[in-house]
Amino acid sequence: MSLADLKKKRDELKSGLNLRVNAIDPETHVQVKVAMATCGIASGAKEVMEFFIEQLDRRNIQGVVTQTGCMGYCYAEPTIEVTLPGKEPVVFGYVNLKRADQIIERYIKTGELVDGIIPVNYETIHSKE
Amino acid sequence: MSNYTMHLLVCGGTGCRASESDAIVANLRDELEIRGLTDKIQVIMTGCFGFCEKGPIVNVMPDNTFYVQVKPEDAQSIVEEHIVKGRKVGRLLYRDPRTKEPVSDSKHMGFFRKQLRIALRNCGFINPENIDEYLAKDGYMALGKALSEMTPEQVVKEIKDSGLRGRGGAGFPTGLKWEIAAKNKSDVKYVVCNADEGDPGAFMDRSVLEGDPHSVLEAMAICGYSIGSAEGLIYVRAEYPLAIRRLQIAIKQAKEYGLLGRNILGTGFSFDITLRYGAGAFVCGEETALIHSMEGLRGEPTIKPPFPAESGFRGKPTNVNNVETFASVPVIILKGASWFNKIGTEKSKGTKVFALAGKINNVGLIEVPMGTTLREVIFEIGGGIRNGKKFKAVQTGGPSGGCLTEKHLDVPIDFDNLIASGSMMGSGGMIVMDEDDCMVSIAKYYLDFTVEESCGKCAPCRIGNKRLHELLEHICAGKGTMADLDRLRNMSHVIKDTALCGLGQTSPNPVLSTLDNFMNEYVAHVTDKKCPAHQCKSLMDYIVNKENCVGCTACARVCPVNAISGERKEIHYINPDICIKCGACKEKCKFDAIYIS
Repeated sequence: MSLADLKKKRDELKSGLNLRVNAIDPETHVQVKVAMATCGIASGAKEVMEFFIEQLDRRNIQGVVTQTGCMGYCYAEPTIEVTLPGKEPVVFGYVNLKRADQIIERYIKTGELVDGIIPVNYETIHSKE
Repeated sequence: MSNYTMHLLVCGGTGCRASESDAIVANLRDELEIRGLTDKIQVIMTGCFGFCEKGPIVNVMPDNTFYVQVKPEDAQSIVEEHIVKGRKVGRLLYRDPRTKEPVSDSKHMGFFRKQLRIALRNCGFINPENIDEYLAKDGYMALGKALSEMTPEQVVKEIKDSGLRGRGGAGFPTGLKWEIAAKNKSDVKYVVCNADEGDPGAFMDRSVLEGDPHSVLEAMAICGYSIGSAEGLIYVRAEYPLAIRRLQIAIKQAKEYGLLGRNILGTGFSFDITLRYGAGAFVCGEETALIHSMEGLRGEPTIKPPFPAESGFRGKPTNVNNVETFASVPVIILKGASWFNKIGTEKSKGTKVFALAGKINNVGLIEVPMGTTLREVIFEIGGGIRNGKKFKAVQTGGPSGGCLTEKHLDVPIDFDNLIASGSMMGSGGMIVMDEDDCMVSIAKYYLDFTVEESCGKCAPCRIGNKRLHELLEHICAGKGTMADLDRLRNMSHVIKDTALCGLGQTSPNPVLSTLDNFMNEYVAHVTDKKCPAHQCKSLMDYIVNKENCVGCTACARVCPVNAISGERKEIHYINPDICIKCGACKEKCKFDAIYIS
């Protein structure tokens, strides 16, 4: 093995560890939270989550995809919350695989808003602090 | 490409394995198997997280959930609740000791917040038995860089410029050591890793070897390149079976990848590493004794010079460094000396790993920049003193160090400040003592250790320490005089000045520093015949308080030697001639009717 081979091997192996490495400082990466309560899972949230994990990696976007509880928008499941580094979180509803693809291509890559945004209509005790 | 959605990191350090973390891994895998999730969720056994106090630890990534004190049977809840339903298992979360609120993210735990991990960078993060995970974290890139972009002289210069000092205790500049070994001409030279960690309460070297063995192998190869050596040896104590096993696995994997052995990375440089097992003698941490032990001789030190860099293993130039020192080297080569020497204090660069033990809330392993104060380490990272007791002293530097007190709490920790305060860095053990510890007994405890571990070669250490120990026993038994205290001090100085090696030259330090800081306790022992901390059994009596005793007979029933007499509903009496002062009666009494005089 030469140094060039070693570097190539490292680059191949890196993605396997990205999940852990990016989790150390999630704020500096794209964070996707998928609502995975009963309502979300029944509407296909699991497939959506897997899609994000696979596609972010394939499209070379450093991201942290985590699951979260019910966000309360049961009518609009599956719902996801996307936080770009340094920006406010944005919630998207009715996320099927097609819309998930749009979200990656347009919102995550270019910051352009796409259909399905659910405006934040509440405050939490955290935001009041 | 991996399609894992989650990684479950389970601590596989010696401490957590003793609490069945093996079974946790097996159960997690079973639970995932039942639910058909094995190709979605990866279970990884890592090295030590450092938070040994609350082990075994399971860390769920990517949401960084930190589960503590996990039992094998909790595997079901973690899979069922956290993974399937997406709800954190509240009862397993770490709770902030002050607010009692659960803290799910390790970033918000006081224990981790102030740490900066260089030597421990991969411990608790990668699987130490899988070289691919080390490679993914830029493993062996520093070796590649050194071999292809740097001359041996440049490597030595980089380490010199970084200001790295030996982490094994003495703090000798590592770059200078390498330079001396490089300048000595010889056909054969050796690189030795000193993994004979012997200080009571220190376990950082073990944790590095268990959690990130490749970092040490890589650094040894870099050192070999810089000093012109093709052979490395790791002297590791046989009491570290897990460290040995992981080193063996790591060496095998590195050889398979061509990162050790002949013609590494096609550069023509060859370097091989073998293991040597020690029997666990404290004196073998001293480099000349260590080399003799590796040669099959008795583990006894010899006078320096000649230093090992001139004539070491088999009479050849040998460079000996400690595990933690080596573990810092690859980072310095990759990030550069100027990155490393910005961390720390003026004369002590980088970070230091400390093993926290004793009466402290967060027992464990931490790494902080040099210059962090004792107060930050003990009260912020360490979470303060157990059971709300009062801090009394902290022993740094193990049996060769000294104790530091309240007045030293705000001293920035580095090699020179600790020596100026009357202690030393040593390998980084910190044993915290509270108001219930008797400092005379503590000094006696450390002398117990050095008397046991003295190799016996030189008289000051063999006989002198024994006499010191006898004097301390005398004092604890209430037979000491003020003249004994002078004798203690004089003899300590003589031993320090005349002993052959570092063991004897430093063994009286605990006596001297307790004399300096806690003279009042020594005086109480010899003049008032009292032990203020109620630890010395010869200097105390258990007595029944006649006002409070109701005659319930509970104390008489637990007394193992039948020293307590008295009928039901009558005041009891403890016979001091029979009493062995075990304290069982005091613990049992519900009426606070037994006290120590």
